[in-house]
Amino acid sequence: MGYPHKSHPKETVVLSQYFGDADARTFKGWTKRGGYEALAQSLKLDPVAVTDVVKESGLRGRGGAGFPTGLKWSFMPKEKKRPHYLCVNADESEPGTFKDREIMRWTPHALLEGTAIAAHAIRAEVAYIYIRGEFTEPWTIMERALAEANAADVFGDITIHLHRGAGAYICGEETALMNSIEGKRGNPRIKPPFPAAAGLFGLPTTINNVETLAAVPHIIKRGAAWYKALSLSNPKSTGTKLFSVCGHVQRPGNYEVTMGFPLKDLLYDMCGGPPPGRTFKACIPGGSSVPILTREETDACLLDYEGVVASGSMLGSGGVIVFDDSADMVYQIMRLARFYAHESCAQCTQCREGTAWTTKIMERILAGQGKPTDLDLLLDLSENMTGKTICVLSDSCAAPIVSGIKKFRGEFEAYLAGKRQPVMVG
Amino acid sequence: MTVQEDYQPVFTGRVLEELQTVLQRYPNKQAALLPALWLAQREHGWISDRIMAEVAEVLGLTPAYVKGVVTFYTMYHQHPVGKNFVQVCTTSPCNICGAEEVLKALLAQSGAGDAGATSPDGKWTIVEVECLGACGFATPVLVNDDFVENVTPDKVADLVRKYR
Ligand SMILES: Cc1cc2nc3c(=O)[nH]c(=O)nc-3n(C[C@H](O)[C@H](O)[C@H](O)COP(=O)(O)O)c2cc1C
Ligand code: SF4
Ligand code: FES
Repeated sequence: MGYPHKSHPKETVVLSQYFGDADARTFKGWTKRGGYEALAQSLKLDPVAVTDVVKESGLRGRGGAGFPTGLKWSFMPKEKKRPHYLCVNADESEPGTFKDREIMRWTPHALLEGTAIAAHAIRAEVAYIYIRGEFTEPWTIMERALAEANAADVFGDITIHLHRGAGAYICGEETALMNSIEGKRGNPRIKPPFPAAAGLFGLPTTINNVETLAAVPHIIKRGAAWYKALSLSNPKSTGTKLFSVCGHVQRPGNYEVTMGFPLKDLLYDMCGGPPPGRTFKACIPGGSSVPILTREETDACLLDYEGVVASGSMLGSGGVIVFDDSADMVYQIMRLARFYAHESCAQCTQCREGTAWTTKIMERILAGQGKPTDLDLLLDLSENMTGKTICVLSDSCAAPIVSGIKKFRGEFEAYLAGKRQPVMVG
Repeated sequence: MTVQEDYQPVFTGRVLEELQTVLQRYPNKQAALLPALWLAQREHGWISDRIMAEVAEVLGLTPAYVKGVVTFYTMYHQHPVGKNFVQVCTTSPCNICGAEEVLKALLAQSGAGDAGATSPDGKWTIVEVECLGACGFATPVLVNDDFVENVTPDKVADLVRKYR
């Protein structure tokens, strides 16, 4: 809904319809708007039937990987011998991404409803919603909504708990999140076993992102065919998606569009383009973990899973970071590497050393003390950080570095050649 | 550095009752560790060695295990902090929107001086943090539990006055 701005006519408003409308936060306000009807409907259906509707809709995970949601649910054991769990990933910490926060702030019951439907579909009796520790306001709102919904007894046999994180980006990785709920350090686990076989407390578990689950009640209510028809480009990408746009645009915020929508229209029409007198230089379309696009690539990019890949990046979480011509790409890429160095859980050597070392090299370049071989060294290190570790945090650090050097090499070389004033002290 | 600590057991009375409620949410006691640490920090202000020992005791864990977990997460204070604990995001998206200037203004106007240090009057500890998940509202600043959006250097004076 363009929140905090008003809705743009080119948006397809489904998840964000009530952003900014505080009445929708209350149980009464939510049921007045048709809330919890999809849950009541689902609880009467066989879990397999619910899963089939979601499969048919084409919904894919909005947490970053884009895995088909119904298919994921169907991996849970057919025969239930032990308790099943659902984890809801509300750890949202990927730089550029701030959509789950808005879903929880404005439509907490949408998330609770989607959570209960998913729990029913995978036959879980308990669901934990893992909310990052810094989200103090969403936490309070979710807590109140849960208390209200519990008082109205809408969840049947399903119990939903909130669990507060304590500051660690890595806990957004699914198995790290499970360790964190178990009261452990948030280290990702080696897979297999996958969560559907041995997840939370060693039991069959499904994990989904907030936005994924918030879409589920709409799909149940309006049908798989309706959702599937929301697709402007590739039929493998369906539905609407919230894009959090930040950085150098006139109207940053959350915009909801149909899959396949042009990135260019999002940035110019909805976000108002660059600040006055500026031009766009680069864009990271899917949260900080995906490759950087040039302006030309940005202009041609269609926002769905396949479209962004065709443009040379990934849809990821849908966090769109925009840089105009005033941005120092070397400094910003160093900041991203520093983020990953700070957030590495340090289990894997390539990640622990690679994130720290690449950061250091870029700091030295920015201090005017780079060596001519530094760019090759950065690329070498990045290659070593890709595809070799327990989780993809390491790859995520390499993505902006490799694409940054490839596409903005001149900016790195200017520092190396002493043509640009150092901005850091060595 | 030795720190003066006025330690009193945290898990008694009402807080112990809260912990009992929390324990019911999980199939084992260990899983209540993060919530228990949150309760302890709320009551004591920070997570000292004695607090860790107490948490370990009530959850049937070892103090070493608890310390291992506490040190993994950035939001548990391992030292006392000022009355106002302020987190400023300076990651790229906020960075290009002027977050470092916001940080500088806060450090200067609060009297905290350096990031991570506590002001001499004990009122302010200001830290630089990575992405707060509100990048479209640059620069977000978390003052204790209050999430303040769209902070710019010219709004810092008001913010400092409000919390002083
Ligand atoms: C380092 C790292 C951080 C992640 N952070 C998040 C996150 O904050 N929120 C999220 O939903 N998924 C995050 N993910 C993806 C999750 O591991 C997982 O794929 C997702 O929660 C699954 O839900 P979905 O299928 O509904 O997208 C992260 C993955 C990695 C490797
Ligand atoms: S890749 Fe990095 S963050 Fe992921 S498990 Fe290895 S060390 Fe930890
Ligand atoms: S980068 Fe500052 S809140 Fe995300």
